[in-house]
Amino acid sequence: MTQINFAYLNEQTKRMIRRALLKAVAIPGYQVPFASREMPMPYGWGTGGVQVTAAILTPDDTLKVIDQGADDTTNAVSIRKFFARTAGVATTTETQKATIIQTRHRVPEHPLTEGQILVYQVPIPEPLRFLEPRETETRTMHALEEYGVMHVKLYEDIATHGHIATSYAYPAKVASRYVFDPSPIPKFDNPKLNHCAALQLFGAGREKRIYAVPPFTQVISLDFEDHPFEVQRWDTPCAICGSGTGYLDEIITDDAGTRMFVCSDTDHCATQAALKAGPNAA
Amino acid sequence: MLLEVKGLNKRYEGQVACEDVSFDLWPGEVLAIVGESGSGKTSLLKCISTQLGFDSGTVHYKGADLGAMGEAAKRELMRTQWGFVHQDARDGLRMGVSAGANVGERLMAVGERHYGSIRQTAAEWMARVEIDPARMDESPRQFSGGMRQRLQIARNLVSRPQLIFMDEPTGGLDVSVQARLLDLLRGLVRDMGLAAIVVTHDLAVAKLLSSRIMVMQKGRVVEQGLTDQVLEDPQAAYSQLLVSSVLQV
Amino acid sequence: MQHLLEITALEKHFILHLQESQRIDVFSDFSLTLDEGQSLGLAGPSGKGKSSLLKIIWGSYQPQAGSIRIRHRGEVVDIMRASPREVLDIRRHTIGYVTQFLRVIPRVPAIDVVAEPLLERGVAPEKARQRASELLERLSIPEKLWKLPPLTFSGGEQQRVNIARGFCAPSPVLLLDEPTASLDALNRARVLELVRDALSAGSAVIGIFHDEAERLSVCSRSLIL
Repeated sequence: MTQINFAYLNEQTKRMIRRALLKAVAIPGYQVPFASREMPMPYGWGTGGVQVTAAILTPDDTLKVIDQGADDTTNAVSIRKFFARTAGVATTTETQKATIIQTRHRVPEHPLTEGQILVYQVPIPEPLRFLEPRETETRTMHALEEYGVMHVKLYEDIATHGHIATSYAYPAKVASRYVFDPSPIPKFDNPKLNHCAALQLFGAGREKRIYAVPPFTQVISLDFEDHPFEVQRWDTPCAICGSGTGYLDEIITDDAGTRMFVCSDTDHCATQAALKAGPNAA
Repeated sequence: MLLEVKGLNKRYEGQVACEDVSFDLWPGEVLAIVGESGSGKTSLLKCISTQLGFDSGTVHYKGADLGAMGEAAKRELMRTQWGFVHQDARDGLRMGVSAGANVGERLMAVGERHYGSIRQTAAEWMARVEIDPARMDESPRQFSGGMRQRLQIARNLVSRPQLIFMDEPTGGLDVSVQARLLDLLRGLVRDMGLAAIVVTHDLAVAKLLSSRIMVMQKGRVVEQGLTDQVLEDPQAAYSQLLVSSVLQV
Repeated sequence: MQHLLEITALEKHFILHLQESQRIDVFSDFSLTLDEGQSLGLAGPSGKGKSSLLKIIWGSYQPQAGSIRIRHRGEVVDIMRASPREVLDIRRHTIGYVTQFLRVIPRVPAIDVVAEPLLERGVAPEKARQRASELLERLSIPEKLWKLPPLTFSGGEQQRVNIARGFCAPSPVLLLDEPTASLDALNRARVLELVRDALSAGSAVIGIFHDEAERLSVCSRSLIL
């Protein structure tokens, strides 16, 4: 069998992606075009995130992959296995032990630290697309900071629902300059992006865009003075670990519609459950 | 002087669109540009309003050369001090968002961040253009042609512009709807002291709205003067033809 | 310039381009002067340029040669050579014009149609409407009509609204195109009274009067065209 290059992509491609990443870090929130490659998985499975991870991965890294907060879903498992096989790196499910975390739709509950990198899988990087389909026009709007139309979207939310109903992919402004789409994470996670100690990289494979939020960068969610930004809250704690601090998923448990709310971050849930059980339980 | 156009020339692939066009516009003046399709009047409007480049000549707005103005400054003019009313309201409205959001957009674009006051202002403007503010959360798709056109006007006027460009503002509307719209426009232009450039092939529109008329034929200005001068005593053969074929004066 | 209005060597013809460039001569080497408080009655058969002369002074007909100089806001301006803005300013402040027919503007109430010339001079709306209601009353327009647009009025009512509008703002020069036509005896008398009031207030009048006796009763001079 022919030897596959470290982390699947050839070195030339990785250099190309790294150049895009450097530019993205230098201009926080700005969408840098890059020559996205075909990956051995379909679009929508995180090809953008996978290419970013492949470009930054070193043999000493420890990789964690989550999908909707869980380490054990098909998407997370297959990407983790992909890198375990093509790069031979160590993998983990523990947020604190990972040096690189690739994610789809969540930011881990455990605060990230300096030296960690969070790689987001992004389906649609352009926050203005909802109201302006022309790419030439959205680029000009970014260049000239014409972001009034973002508030039109939030206005529509309030007019229709009485409150800002956008609950994921909630637009924010990075370093007081670019408005960006933080990928379809719940708005619950938006505050975690602000002044985050970790480097945050965003990859959109199909759309061929990379953008970044450097460590300790201001990320402010857009809102109105009389309808300030708010995150989701739950009346009950997690049904498994009893924690009231994380983002909860609703799970239907039977045909009668019985529901339970549990942590979407499986690592956080396990950690909280262990804490509750006490030091002797393990 | 608000606008000063000097020696403007525009060609498309060898075809003349505008040739040596010059005129001035003062605050509060309404100038109608009349002529048949292909006379270059719409090209001229687009050149002046920076939507189209031109080959030679100058356009100054409040003394500033638009040719030397950066893209950012031009676009800011376009959404604050200027307005543009398209013939087809769908080109000037965001059909995917509510009427209220359409009117409020310019306010949000200049940094208004209070939902309640944006909504209040939008409701006032809807009432001013004779649309029931109770319909502000409806999509413009549910509005009639005349209502859409009035909504487009409100969307432009909410930023209290000084100059508004109109391209056949009553085109495609029923005669009775046209009359109401013209009447509304006339009142707004007067009450707000707006300057306007109205492109129309309809001399009745020019008669009701404008204080001055510029007659264009094949890209050239064949005659310009006060509206009643051009309508009552047209000098150029082409103006006489236009006046005699459209309107009993 | 000594005079309020001075027309010198006026030349006006129409060229009908659509009718084999047929030329119609209206005025040739025509001159005229007018001073404060003077009134000039125009007479003569129709088609000889009575209305045309008023339109030339008003600025809506454009003569080929000569000059029409008028004292406007303390300065002498040649209407033929004035910019469109200047002509509009002269109309706003110096020349009043009662046309033969009311130019009907949809949806504007009669009282505002009448008050408009004052509003354009920047007079406060209440004050302008006060003056407008006085005139409407003098010309016997029933008060219940004042708030309605004149579109639905009878021909005579429309004409009286038009006259009220023409007299609303005091003008140094007043042009009257058959102001008494189609009015009853009472209202004819009221209009002539308005003309005399204007003259004694110092306005100069050039008028076309249907009736010779009327013309002679208000005009110090007559010009047969």
